[in-house]
Amino acid sequence: MAVKGNMAKNTSTPKQGDGTPSLTAEQYLRLYYYMRLTREFEESILKLYRQGKIVGGAYTGNGNEATAVGSAFALEPQDYLFPMHRDMGAHLVKGQTLRHLMLQHLGRGNSLSKGRDGTGHYADPALRIYGNISHLGAMVPMAAGVALASKLRKENSVALTYIGDGGSNVGDIHEALAMASVMKLPLILIIENNQFAYSTPVAKQKAMERYSDRALGYGIPGFTIDGTDIDLVYKTCKTAVERARRGEGPTLIESVTMRMHGHSAHDGAEYVPKDLLAEWKKKDPVMRIEKLLTDKKILTPTIKEEYEKKVFAELEDATQFAVDSPYPPAEEAAVGVYAD
Amino acid sequence: MAIITYIEAISKGLWEEMERDQSVFLMGEDIGPFGGAFKVTKGFLQHFGEDRVVDTVLAETAILGAATGAAVVGMRPVAEMQFADFVTTGFSQLVNNTASVHYRWHIPCPMVVRLPSGAGIHGGPFHSRNPEAWFFHQPGFKIVAPSTPYDAKGLIKAAIRDNNPVLYLEHKRLYRHIKGEVPETDYIVEIGKGDVKRSGTDISVITYGSMVHMALEAAEVMQNEHGVSVEVVDLRTLMPLDTELIYGSVRRTGKVLVAHEDNITGGIGGEISALITEHCFQSLDAPVKRIGAIDTPTPYSPTLEEFFLPNTKKVITALQDLAAY
Repeated sequence: MAVKGNMAKNTSTPKQGDGTPSLTAEQYLRLYYYMRLTREFEESILKLYRQGKIVGGAYTGNGNEATAVGSAFALEPQDYLFPMHRDMGAHLVKGQTLRHLMLQHLGRGNSLSKGRDGTGHYADPALRIYGNISHLGAMVPMAAGVALASKLRKENSVALTYIGDGGSNVGDIHEALAMASVMKLPLILIIENNQFAYSTPVAKQKAMERYSDRALGYGIPGFTIDGTDIDLVYKTCKTAVERARRGEGPTLIESVTMRMHGHSAHDGAEYVPKDLLAEWKKKDPVMRIEKLLTDKKILTPTIKEEYEKKVFAELEDATQFAVDSPYPPAEEAAVGVYAD
Repeated sequence: MAIITYIEAISKGLWEEMERDQSVFLMGEDIGPFGGAFKVTKGFLQHFGEDRVVDTVLAETAILGAATGAAVVGMRPVAEMQFADFVTTGFSQLVNNTASVHYRWHIPCPMVVRLPSGAGIHGGPFHSRNPEAWFFHQPGFKIVAPSTPYDAKGLIKAAIRDNNPVLYLEHKRLYRHIKGEVPETDYIVEIGKGDVKRSGTDISVITYGSMVHMALEAAEVMQNEHGVSVEVVDLRTLMPLDTELIYGSVRRTGKVLVAHEDNITGGIGGEISALITEHCFQSLDAPVKRIGAIDTPTPYSPTLEEFFLPNTKKVITALQDLAAY
């Protein structure tokens, strides 16, 4: 099988977008909305954490918004999403409401997990979203299983999942890709190479040039792309989705980004060099889409203001709704281990 | 009623459930054209096709994770571990994902993991494990361990129909050693219900799997040679335990031997003993006694393995101790 992708010319520069427009003005504006929503939602989460209203961990995907939003935008309603903790934008694009995401983070009784787990750790079968667990890599075999079910039932659904640069070393990933590639399962794995796994720099996670090189070992296409370029993320994922839908099997995409915040809200990330952050700040994905749409004359100051109003109003509603919602009754801890 | 082997009963149960329900499918290593390492799925591929008999790569994490994924979206996968020992390779998927799916996600996870278990076949340290205790401790699984062909078929069918992950322990030494009457009609053995395999009045043996047969042999010897009446309670399901059946038997006899092939320390016999002590203390005429394999890896050489494992003789000795107490 011919292996496509850009791994043959293995240079350290990720593939850059060529500026070809991939979407309509209306679609671009939806992307902009989700990008802003993701950014502002996560800022709210950090605020709630500092206020002591989030009792556990709080994670953000600041710097990763284009990857999360652009990838999920390539999915259809029948497709399955297995997001990771830097992919809040993917939840939103797939249709999750801010209210539900807030309830989850605040551990409320009316959250989708009913307070059994926090953050994005929930499932919403109606939207076909299956959140991650804390064991990195653990969702990839499950996503492969959902892709297998789709294939066996001839559903033509695709499963999209993610992992980080550190998490990509977990053996589950290898086993899942070994299985998915042999069975030609409709699975897409995005390795979000955001330069740090907690405090460990990516140079201490891998010896090869690019994560997409690993695709060669599975006989599947591998791409390394600039993960702050939403156009490129969308186009690359769309290609992978179409390939998966044709029954040609999985694709591995390395999306190169920067984790602009610490591992979680408690982590000041002093180990990240300041000049590295400054360099990546110039490629801030939210700033990039604003510039892209402004240049295309899709985003005007008036439209921008409208979107901001909408985003902040929705956030206020969701935050208030979640804060006002009660914790689950204590005795509910004891029920629900088994299904009837 | 046909007389068939334990392994044939498992095959028949699987076959009938696959005929009954299109969402049931099998996955595992070498289960297709080869029919599985023990031939449980021989002929299945030809009849059901490769979409229902899914031969996989050699990767237990992938098998168990994929089965979990397929189950949460409404399929009913039956995953075969070639040997129960190898379930350890996919341990993280089972305990972290599978076991807690329903508690966290409120979605059923109807899957079965078939675990060819047990020693006494000269399998050595890595083809002999009894894995029940590892999973007994983790909330979220149902665990069954049939001892007879009747129970083997009834329990595999019940396991497949259950909306929870069920670990199905099939003892390799029973596969072709044990024959019994098995109805060709559709029936299940309810999960969570034990069975008194022999009634008695003096001592209860609480056991399961391969040890049921040793306990029955020992009970016969005790009756014939020592005039001691031994009741043999076959748990059949290890999670959830049929505590009413256990307590009822112990309250009748007042003496109890908890017997399993798994290592003694940390084995589920410890939990059963604790439950009996908590709930039946007033009825006990002797301390609860346990018997199991010694606390070493499973050795290979026949002399070593025989020393390692419990057997009928050792059960008789334990019963004599209890009778004399």
